[in-house]
Amino acid sequence: MTTTAPETQTVRTYKAHAHPAWRRVLVTREAAVIALLAIVIVTAIASVPNFDSPLTVTYLLRDLAPILLIALPMTLIIITEEIDLSVASIVGLTSVMTGILTQAGWPFAIAAITAILVGTIAGCLNGFLVTVVGLPSLAVTIGTLALFRGIAVGLLGTTAITEFPEFWTDLAKDNIPGTPIPGIMVPFAVLAIAFALVLHFTPFGRSLYAIGLNKEAAAFSGIDVGRTKFLLFMVSGTVSGFAGVYFTLLYSNARGDNATGMELSVIAAVLLGGVSIFGGRGALHGVIAGVLLIGTLGSALRLAGVTSDIINVITGVLLVLSVVSASFLAWLRSRRISAIGRKKGRSSTAPEPI
Amino acid sequence: MFNHDRTRRHAGATFTALALGAALILTGCAAGGNGGGDDAGDGGGDANLAITFLPKNLGNPYFDTSNAGGEEAIEEFGGTFAEVGPSEASPTSQVTFIQTAAQQGVGGLVVSANDPEAICDALNEARDAGVKVVTFDSDTNADCRDLFINQATAEGIAKSQIDLISEQIGDEGQIAILSASANATNQNAWIELMEEELAANHPNIELVETVYGDDDDQTSFDKTAALLQTYPDLKGIISPTTVGIAAAARYLSTSEYKGQVALTGLGTPNQMREYVEDGTVTAFALWNPADLGYLAAYATKALIEGEITGEEGDSFEAGKLGEYEVGADGVVLLGDPFVFNADNIGDFDF
Repeated sequence: MTTTAPETQTVRTYKAHAHPAWRRVLVTREAAVIALLAIVIVTAIASVPNFDSPLTVTYLLRDLAPILLIALPMTLIIITEEIDLSVASIVGLTSVMTGILTQAGWPFAIAAITAILVGTIAGCLNGFLVTVVGLPSLAVTIGTLALFRGIAVGLLGTTAITEFPEFWTDLAKDNIPGTPIPGIMVPFAVLAIAFALVLHFTPFGRSLYAIGLNKEAAAFSGIDVGRTKFLLFMVSGTVSGFAGVYFTLLYSNARGDNATGMELSVIAAVLLGGVSIFGGRGALHGVIAGVLLIGTLGSALRLAGVTSDIINVITGVLLVLSVVSASFLAWLRSRRISAIGRKKGRSSTAPEPI
Repeated sequence: MFNHDRTRRHAGATFTALALGAALILTGCAAGGNGGGDDAGDGGGDANLAITFLPKNLGNPYFDTSNAGGEEAIEEFGGTFAEVGPSEASPTSQVTFIQTAAQQGVGGLVVSANDPEAICDALNEARDAGVKVVTFDSDTNADCRDLFINQATAEGIAKSQIDLISEQIGDEGQIAILSASANATNQNAWIELMEEELAANHPNIELVETVYGDDDDQTSFDKTAALLQTYPDLKGIISPTTVGIAAAARYLSTSEYKGQVALTGLGTPNQMREYVEDGTVTAFALWNPADLGYLAAYATKALIEGEITGEEGDSFEAGKLGEYEVGADGVVLLGDPFVFNADNIGDFDF
């Protein structure tokens, strides 16, 4: 009888804290962000004039597209406990490359592909410095943030290139026929599905979580940590390059200072979407909801006539709350764990009364 | 253990979601309140006289003054004034505000462009959506807007500088120019026109040298000192740049030349106030940003009501400023630069 008692108790503890599957799906950080997004949209439709217009959808998605695109690889990078701060500078660099090559008379498609390749190379440089040289990605990408931006501004100075073939600028701006949804959402959807499949349904994707949780353990279990990270930084460069070409076409404007500061918008949205800055946790649907949440909130507030500094304050508070809540949860968890530890300790040392 | 860990996290997440949700609903409601107000304003009259001012950036005293002028005009003709803008003046930062104005369906948008190209497409999309676009202070390409309200022409600026200095030194003697940088396009154009004006109408005034302070306060200060030492008979200095004139005034006000050597140029009232009050400077020029905003608002009204289309030769009434005519390329000229002196400087704060 005394031998079975602890086991029964463990099972009981286990059961008391286990929730049914539906609850585990619905009550997650990601679900919370999606719910919040829904609340914002419903509130805005109900109370902000002109919010429920097709134009709002078009403008919103069009302006968010570069952030949405770059957030995909950024999610994967942050899950492995790394970071890429150079993405917005890569956008600026590819924007300038697209402009210069187009101005030099290259066919636009070739110029764009070359520019995206430049983005890929920039990503490879990040990857090389992080994985081969072994430097922390925070330091590396702060450096390349300045480096790529410097090259971009240096190449074009303070001038801008604004002449692009109308076919391509229209393509970047046009909606999917018959809908208010910008055409850029098609390549985004394809990429998002690809990234989600890779992250959530392949061994490679699961290995990213393993790396983020414990790099050494991941390496011991046969994951090539270096190669994985290199690949992620490279993909980040490529996607940022694509976003750079899109940004250039959207504003018909190739400038060295394009997208300055966008890396912070991307990272903020990724963290809001439930990805842990300490790695090992996060999901793509949460990130997409995070980007849409910040964007929709900003758009609704602007339409309601709220000034941009107050919008910044509100988005800032939202972000701080999301980070604070994550730490608060971690603290709660650690308290629960130590409480259980104490309980376990007691049950094993003290004899059970019969 | 793993399972337990996750459940706690989920329960916590619910709490977080509720807290964030509450915060969001609150902000959402606040937003709704403001929005309702705007909407009520849009509804009045058959012409949509809701006009939004979009300066280069917010919190800039120059634009605070110009937008106050716009607001005054809009109140006069019974429209709705709104002011939006980015916190920093970067090229593409105005795009989202232009889009928002288009979404709101305002009647007119008055913009000072941070970049002649970057906001072009957004402005044209807004025009396609029925918004009349007027630029002021800083123009875009001519095909991206309906009108540009130009504060002053190079000829007007050059002539007013020469008129001011000749008045202050009695139309004879040596003068010098303290400019910004040697390759500043607008400065050089003004200097060239000033030289022409001197040659044509003021034969007794001799321009001895043009020096460059690079729009740097200390450099301008040092160049002023050097000028006064090199030319002991110097009667006056023209500094057609706000940094230069303030630095020169600072030097003069503490030197033996105070009240002896005249100083004029382009400056802002707030920078120059103490030097006008202590007698270092008698008069200087700039345009009146309040009038600029006022005229822009009336021009926008005329466009919205279909009184003008922006064609050359169109004319419209601009309240207290009188009648204006549209020039080539859809440009409306505010007029001669405005002269600030001890009598009127107290009326301005920018």
